[in-house]
Amino acid sequence: MATPGDMRAGSVGLQRFGLGFALGQSDAIRAEARDRMLAEIAAGPPAQPAGVAYSGAAEIGRALYAFEDKVKLERETKRPAAAQPSMQLANAMPADGKATASAPQNQMAETPKPAPNEPELPFRTYRDEVKARVDLALTADTGLSERLTMFWSNHFCIGATKSNICRIMAGAYEREAIRPHVFGRFEDMLIAAESHPAMLDFLDNRLSIGPNSSAGRRRGRGLNENLAREILELHTLGVSGGYTQADVTNLARIITGWTVVGREAVLGFPGSFAFNAGLHEPGVTPLLGRRYDQPGRAQGVAALIDLARHPSTARFIATKLVRYFVADDPPAKLVDLLSATFRDSGGDLPAVYRALIASDEAWKAPATKLRSPQEFMLAAYRATGIQPNFGQILGPLGAMGQPFWQPSGPNGYADTNAVWASAEGIKTRIDVAAGWGRQAANAAPDPRRLTDDILGPLLSPETRQAVARAESKPQAIALMLMSPEFQRR
Amino acid sequence: MDHRDDDDCERMTPSRRAVLGAAGALFAWSFVPKTAYAAPGARDPRFLIVVLRGALDGLSAVPPIGDPAYEGLREGIGLAKDGPDAALPLDGFFYLHPAMPNLARLYRGGQAAIVHAAATGYRERSHFDGQDVLESGQAGPGQTASGWLNRLLASLPAGEGIARKGVLGVGVVPPLVVRGEAPVLGWAPPRMARAGVDLTMRLSDLYGQRDPGLSVALQQAIETEALAQRRGMNGKMGGGGPDSADGMRRIAEGAASLVGADDGPRIAALAFEGWDTHANEGGAKGRLANLLGGLDGALATFEQGLSSVWKDTVVMVVTEFGRTAAVNGTTGTDHGTGTVAFLVGGAVRGGRVIADWPGLRAEQLYENRDLRPTTDIRSVAKGVVADLFGLSGPVLAEKVFPGTGELKPMQGVVG
Repeated sequence: MATPGDMRAGSVGLQRFGLGFALGQSDAIRAEARDRMLAEIAAGPPAQPAGVAYSGAAEIGRALYAFEDKVKLERETKRPAAAQPSMQLANAMPADGKATASAPQNQMAETPKPAPNEPELPFRTYRDEVKARVDLALTADTGLSERLTMFWSNHFCIGATKSNICRIMAGAYEREAIRPHVFGRFEDMLIAAESHPAMLDFLDNRLSIGPNSSAGRRRGRGLNENLAREILELHTLGVSGGYTQADVTNLARIITGWTVVGREAVLGFPGSFAFNAGLHEPGVTPLLGRRYDQPGRAQGVAALIDLARHPSTARFIATKLVRYFVADDPPAKLVDLLSATFRDSGGDLPAVYRALIASDEAWKAPATKLRSPQEFMLAAYRATGIQPNFGQILGPLGAMGQPFWQPSGPNGYADTNAVWASAEGIKTRIDVAAGWGRQAANAAPDPRRLTDDILGPLLSPETRQAVARAESKPQAIALMLMSPEFQRR
Repeated sequence: MDHRDDDDCERMTPSRRAVLGAAGALFAWSFVPKTAYAAPGARDPRFLIVVLRGALDGLSAVPPIGDPAYEGLREGIGLAKDGPDAALPLDGFFYLHPAMPNLARLYRGGQAAIVHAAATGYRERSHFDGQDVLESGQAGPGQTASGWLNRLLASLPAGEGIARKGVLGVGVVPPLVVRGEAPVLGWAPPRMARAGVDLTMRLSDLYGQRDPGLSVALQQAIETEALAQRRGMNGKMGGGGPDSADGMRRIAEGAASLVGADDGPRIAALAFEGWDTHANEGGAKGRLANLLGGLDGALATFEQGLSSVWKDTVVMVVTEFGRTAAVNGTTGTDHGTGTVAFLVGGAVRGGRVIADWPGLRAEQLYENRDLRPTTDIRSVAKGVVADLFGLSGPVLAEKVFPGTGELKPMQGVVG
């Protein structure tokens, strides 16, 4: 029989490591939270979202190029005399992704559209991918797998507003590069992420040319070191992990030729990854004191594997994981434990998660962290039973500052209170929660009972009273969602 | 002339007066009648800082076309002093990007100064560490508990208006430069229907009983909201983000409205995004030109929105570092070092480019690749805030920019 203490720890743990108690779940999940999470880790890769239009990047690439050709043709038909700039489509959506602004401004009036209010293909695909991944999170058991997917997707983030390729492939990127490796080895995820077309486009490597490659000598062009720098700084060693500007430039040389197949399909399916030897910097290249003399793509793979096994990487990932799950100021003992587990297991991620979930310290730390906007939204929909449409996902997340796959830089979204607990941030959460209260009021149970169910042993007398005294059912639900017990974990 | 907040002491609550009184001589000077500060002609300053995230290419924003090495470094993105999309002349050596006609006008009118070959003391090339140093005001990265504008506010006389009105951080996520112990007001262009006042008050109550952190944040939000309403700011929703011209204008409009209010904050920070131009940066037209046009529009919006206090205003535009002197393999530029900062406003001694120009020949570049920084951006910031707020060198060197005693405030930036 679970003690009240176990029930309380389980309730905190469900919010800390998972997505919180869902309407209709049995109270048993509080007592069994830790066991269920350990079982989830043992069970392997998280489920894949269902009902998306394209299986993967290659299929998407073909559709995207066809779409871009069509838009180009329409533009040329409309303005035959105008000089055509090289095909550089503006991103089909503005940064904030308002679905109403999707039709290209220069659309011919007489061109029949498939559906008048449908956004264009890149945004439509993004919309369907977001919806599918949210549906998955809302039906997850504890939500640990989904939280881990969110962590890694943000660690290796791409930004959907960068280009059509990034917008249309954002969901496929998470499905192809992240999910299959969440319960695998770090180095496999690293290689999958750095060689995915979305990443190669996001951080410009697809255009980077070795100065002494055949293309470089012919065209007098050279490196773009964007991806190489972020691999070292953000994906593996961390900014103080012990590399120099020379290492950045050398890693950029090593991964020249990692690119995306164009519409001409010379090196494979359009839109898929390719190694283009004609762009690759030849010769032996040093990195962090080692020499890399492998031919072609193998040189980059070897470098990434060494980076994945570097002690700085173990420490960097361990610190980030503990900060994400447990505390803004990550307890050193826990970081040491995870870092050692990462190192000793050769980056075996399930071993690292087991160490975290099995640690009493991780469960007993006080609930200080504010849920991120994405966590808050998913938890609120799980708690109220609202089945959101796309607008109910993008609207609140855009307002709160954390729409899916759109961080403002390659460092992803921050996950500390200093960022999310701002005055305007809290005010916006209240606006959002007020809307959810109205949406949930008809279908949800009596708010007093709902609050008892959802907050369980966490519920304070003050929150119970505030909910009971609310002037309306929508207000009562909003109060529950904005209560400190629901906000903090 | 009209400094109507000279009744600060009168408006203080009894308990506040008691606290200050108890502190005795230490705070005695804060009871000097306000007129002693705000003598006729003295200023009631406004200071806004705009952080350009992603590292602005200073060599494109303010091209040194007079430098013989410039053209050769910038194939495909370089600007010319004549022709159809000519850069705008500044002093015959430096030019301004053609997407910035408002800044050029302000410069000619003596209300804008440009600092070139500038950087903080940070010499690595990580955006995020670079921004941390720029905004935390600390000597190195990794100390992000508070930002230098917040500590500046905390260093001002406690009973004085500026400190009590707090600092405005624009955005759902306010810039690090304003975070810290001193009150931070928050505002962002609205994107959702606002919740009712009643719900907000009930939560304010609940947080008061259960959660001091949330309580403080919500209190500050309520105060800003009240101010926005008094200013008649419309709640129009939608619009572009901080990396679009429309978004920049809306953000500038809101910030100007709040900072321009008699009872509003005197200091604000905002951030514009999208400056990380690794590929297809563009020249007179293109990606960077669009962003610079957005910034230029925001500067004009500040001028308009703050017109009644413009003579006492300084807008400082800064970025974490610059970009490589040479174009990279993808017609863009990679992370570099030296760049530009802009000082705009009626209080600026403008009409000049402040630069100890290091030159662009290969051996003159920093590490053979970047514009060598010769002016520390923190000296400029110190000069501005010393003149605007009367802060002393030691306070600036110990509290605001700790451990920077060797960096003297730049003299004569504010006129």
